[in-house]
Amino acid sequence: MSGPIISWIDKRFPLTSFVKHELTDYPTPRNLSYWWNFGFLAGIVLVVQVATGIFLAMHYKADSTLAFDSIQHIMREVNYGWLLRYMHATGASAFFFVIFVHMARTLYYGSFRAPRELLWWTGQGLLLMLMATAFMGYLLPWGQMSFWGATVITNLFKVTPFIGENVVIWLRGDYSVGDDTLTRFFSLHYLFPFLIIGAVIIHLVALHTVKSSNPSGIDLKDKDNIPFHPYFTAKDLYGLGIFLIVYSVFVFFMPNSLIEPANNIPANPMVTPNHIVPEWYFLPFYAILRSVPNMFGGVVAMALSVMMFAFMPFLDRSRIPGGARYRPIYRIQFYLFLLDMLVLGYVGYKPPTNPSIVVVGQVATLCYFASFFIVPFVSKMEERWLIKRGLPAGIMELMEREKRDLENRTQEHLRRKGDLV
Amino acid sequence: MEDGVKGEGNRRNFLIKLTSVVGGAGVAAACVPFVASMNPTSDVLAKAETEVDLSGIPLGGVHTVAWEGKPVFVLHRTPEDIAAAQASNGVIDPEPDAKRVIKPEWLVVIGICTHMGCVPTKEGPGWTCHCHGSQYDDSGRVVRGPAPKNLAVPPYHFETENKIIIGKA
Repeated sequence: MSGPIISWIDKRFPLTSFVKHELTDYPTPRNLSYWWNFGFLAGIVLVVQVATGIFLAMHYKADSTLAFDSIQHIMREVNYGWLLRYMHATGASAFFFVIFVHMARTLYYGSFRAPRELLWWTGQGLLLMLMATAFMGYLLPWGQMSFWGATVITNLFKVTPFIGENVVIWLRGDYSVGDDTLTRFFSLHYLFPFLIIGAVIIHLVALHTVKSSNPSGIDLKDKDNIPFHPYFTAKDLYGLGIFLIVYSVFVFFMPNSLIEPANNIPANPMVTPNHIVPEWYFLPFYAILRSVPNMFGGVVAMALSVMMFAFMPFLDRSRIPGGARYRPIYRIQFYLFLLDMLVLGYVGYKPPTNPSIVVVGQVATLCYFASFFIVPFVSKMEERWLIKRGLPAGIMELMEREKRDLENRTQEHLRRKGDLV
Repeated sequence: MEDGVKGEGNRRNFLIKLTSVVGGAGVAAACVPFVASMNPTSDVLAKAETEVDLSGIPLGGVHTVAWEGKPVFVLHRTPEDIAAAQASNGVIDPEPDAKRVIKPEWLVVIGICTHMGCVPTKEGPGWTCHCHGSQYDDSGRVVRGPAPKNLAVPPYHFETENKIIIGKA
């Protein structure tokens, strides 16, 4: 970059070098597939959510007597209010969709493995924040599903030992979900996206420290990396185009397909709808909550089910690079896990009064946790089997070298810090 | 003087620790009003008493009234209901019926499922919670899980023959 203004800035702030180092010349593996687009897409959806959210907040009223009507006001009277609201509501689903694909890619290709554990864990933190934000945002329309969803989820905190009842009252600011709950959820729903932006920056710093993984699972040499711009800006923008087509189909042609009809009824604390269901992205976890017959156990199981992903770097003990692509057994495990998630989602959607659904849910819950717990044993056995069967030339060498490199890097780091003399 | 120099380091370490502890305690104390501001406000607390006129509730009928923003079921039980309720002792959370009522013909319970906080629906004898399938009998006792406890009995007393005050025993 040149020009007098840029050079004036560069003397005072590392603008050009930053853009070069982190954006345009940032070395990116040349073999990234379209599965690597979804992190970028998540970033775009975050921007869309923040933008639509800020403009919706200009017309929304966080008051239990006005909230429901202010949504109708946005839908009928605010210029393009319907568009802003449908973009925001669809955007929530889109956010979870791209994040789930992003996570599935990480699991499939083993991108969570050393040295990318912290990258994976910051992502896990982002998932929790995203869930909290979505949950609080869902109360704001003040419909029946909003109200009872918030009632059920705040009630989960009742299992806190000794002070459970007080924690629930403190969270709600009332004995039941009420006006005070609504206003604090609105305040926090507005705050959390900015915390998420901060966490995304941390996620990106971690990414740029360890660099992107790639489908081969082998860290490429410098000659195999290409600059991010224009190669991956172009690839990401192409993916964005496809994404926006799908997103627009939902926003313009089927915006209500993801909104529960019961949420068009104003909240009524005296009547629970006969069938309350969370949004689709919470269904598998909700199914796990319901499948455990004991309340405390159910809450713990649900919390654990979301956190299980964080243990993957410890659970996967195979040294074979490249994740499921070169590991047939792990690949089968991966697809079975996806299938189990779908079954759990279905169970979560169905009313719990049907006993066979309950049994299916309990079996699927066991399978969910089992598929994590067997990973250490299966991955080690699979590695032995693959080595015995014969790996392609150079792979064993590479595995040894990667291990050595990692140790060398650690040693060098410690030496530089002066801890090792 | 040697001792003084040595003592200097110890004193400094001690002062750093002391300042950190005092500073930490100050931050913790400053958090108290923020945390407390999220507890129920005075006007929410003021909603704590509800008066119910029983004369309008027919035999076998149930009225739902709001107390602390929560639904309270007031059930006018028939002699058969009373007999059935007294014959059993509950299933998951055993409790005699006599302990749950002041007058056997009037059952007053908080209409919030003890599982996840949904409002159960009156179906046949007792209530069914459609959220997760819990069932309660005509004494508000849980007969089928996942609810762990019986429907809670709020504090109440008979002001006159036909009037109760919920919120004060």
